[in-house]
Amino acid sequence: MNWRDTFRTAGDAVRTHRLRSALTMLGIMIGISAVVLTVGLGQGARSKVQESINALGTNLLVVSPGSTTSSTGVRGGFGSASTLTLEDAAALSNRDAAPDIQAVATETTSNVQVDYGTTNWTTTLTATSATWQEVRSREVTAGRFLTAADDAGIAPVVVIGPATATELFATLDPIGQTVTVNNVSLKVIGVLDELSSSDSTRNNDVALVPQSTYSQLLVGGASRDSVSSIYIKATGSGTLSAAYQEADALLLNTHGITTATSADFSIATQASLLSTANSVNDTLTVMLAGIAVISLLVGGIGVMNIMLVSVTERIREIGLRKALGGRPRLIRRQFLVEASILGLAGGVLGVAVGFAGAAILPHISDSRVILSTSASIGAIAMAMAIGIVFGVYPASRAARLAPIDALRSE
Amino acid sequence: MAAPRDASHTTDESAERSLPADSLGPRPFPVEPPYDQSTRDPVPVLELLDVSKIYRTGEIEVAALRNVSLRIEENEFVAITGPSGSGKSTLMHILGCLDVPSSGVFRLAGHDVQTFDENQLADVRNRFIGFVFQQFNLLAYLSAWRNVELPLVYAKVRPAERKARALAALDVVGLADRAQHKPGELSGGQQQRVAVARALVTEPGMILADEPTGNLDSTATADVLALLDELHRAGRTIVLITHEHDVAARAQRTVMIRDGGVFVPTAAAVGA
Repeated sequence: MNWRDTFRTAGDAVRTHRLRSALTMLGIMIGISAVVLTVGLGQGARSKVQESINALGTNLLVVSPGSTTSSTGVRGGFGSASTLTLEDAAALSNRDAAPDIQAVATETTSNVQVDYGTTNWTTTLTATSATWQEVRSREVTAGRFLTAADDAGIAPVVVIGPATATELFATLDPIGQTVTVNNVSLKVIGVLDELSSSDSTRNNDVALVPQSTYSQLLVGGASRDSVSSIYIKATGSGTLSAAYQEADALLLNTHGITTATSADFSIATQASLLSTANSVNDTLTVMLAGIAVISLLVGGIGVMNIMLVSVTERIREIGLRKALGGRPRLIRRQFLVEASILGLAGGVLGVAVGFAGAAILPHISDSRVILSTSASIGAIAMAMAIGIVFGVYPASRAARLAPIDALRSE
Repeated sequence: MAAPRDASHTTDESAERSLPADSLGPRPFPVEPPYDQSTRDPVPVLELLDVSKIYRTGEIEVAALRNVSLRIEENEFVAITGPSGSGKSTLMHILGCLDVPSSGVFRLAGHDVQTFDENQLADVRNRFIGFVFQQFNLLAYLSAWRNVELPLVYAKVRPAERKARALAALDVVGLADRAQHKPGELSGGQQQRVAVARALVTEPGMILADEPTGNLDSTATADVLALLDELHRAGRTIVLITHEHDVAARAQRTVMIRDGGVFVPTAAAVGA
């Protein structure tokens, strides 16, 4: 009996007991599709996070007011009055003091209502400088961006996001139109490009005004010079850590702080944001995959159960095969191949169901599923391995049966 | 099965424990192919010397066979009879190499079977013995010819040759036109004839029939017994186990088993 005969015999047995085989495969199939889908969801979430962080711009450092919590549990420098000011931004822009910083942009934001005629729309008003475009790697599709002259002249101008433009003007050309914010008329001078990121609202629905316009015409108040965050673009990905050091030292110096631990600001890199987000994702993925593996294990026990039933049910067949000259090893191999066929078929079906789920899931929920070929092949191999592992015991039992006992049974 | 590659009937078995070298080959017995008798070998097909079989169940020992001596020559047609519980089934299991004696010597074509391990016994059953069972023992999910082919699969015969020989064996039992039928589509008598075809497809030295007519009506019984007669005339050694006297009467010689021993140990010609 060569391998071809073994596979044909095992295939015959699987086909003969269709319902039983199908139910066994079902267990494996559910387990495998669960594994494939959870791994795919984990990959999808990871790429989503990566994308939204990349959308911030490349080689970016973000300086936020406040610091990490101190050992006494007090979170320093985080309050109503921001500790970051325009002076800080100016200090960071000094190319002599910080040669690895290419550009600096401040951001100060508040939610405001923008009126155009009878249309109104609430959006995020962001005060910034001309360098924002460079730092955040954004383009304008129509009109122009803010300039240093706008800032110097306290120009009543605004650059809006594509979503904001659609909401306010619909099909109308927004350039040159006048909108009202806090009873101040602002002229629309540009529209940003559309960013197809997962959090498109934050990137596509904005209104940008010069810092001076924001602080002197629109908001006012005591803390005119304070900003909510400073974005720093390094000269390259290789100089990111150098830029980090320079920014850290400059800001400590400007704020008159001598010990780094009592800093009233914190600097985050894309990498640090990414790793934080990914570690959360990884934990979730591991947990979900763990549940999937448990269901796969249950499927494997199902295979063992069915194979044991099969051995008991076919005890006469085993006895006959032995009487006709089947060596124990061949009998064992036949049942092992049978179990691995069940595992393999269940695995292939499971991957197919996983792919189908990956095609459907994005339509019914806001999740992304990324399936990889290697993971799918791995899942199929795993299913087959489960068939073999859980088939060993039933197959050995079949092989050990004494031919007379097997033939005698009714 | 060290070499799972497709192998012919004369497979090289040297890689594993196997039969003695002189017993290898396509026709391990010094027996001619069916329907052809030319030479004769003096070695008896079966030889039992003082064979006992004792079953142990915990503390209790039951002697199913007690000091049985028996000699069956080539081309004999021997019936083994006895009431149920007499030990004839145990004797059949030993003759069929399905079980080994507790003591005594059992020689099959001159080979001492007791020294064989499980794999060698499987090979002996495959090549030396053709089984016919009371329950037919056909596999329901295989067609007639695939059932007949089974022993050849374990003998590592090439697929094409297997099919040809299986069909030829079905032709011998007169079921060539039923080759594609599943056992469920055949009558009891036809099923038993398929089983006979399976028993003779390997051209074994001996056909061992265990109550072959036990589940058959009188017509089918006559068919199967006629087939065994025919095979005997063609030179086969046939051992028939039965409790029916009229069936046993077809044999040249009857061996009576009673209480684990041979009741009439001498050859008593009964006449066919």
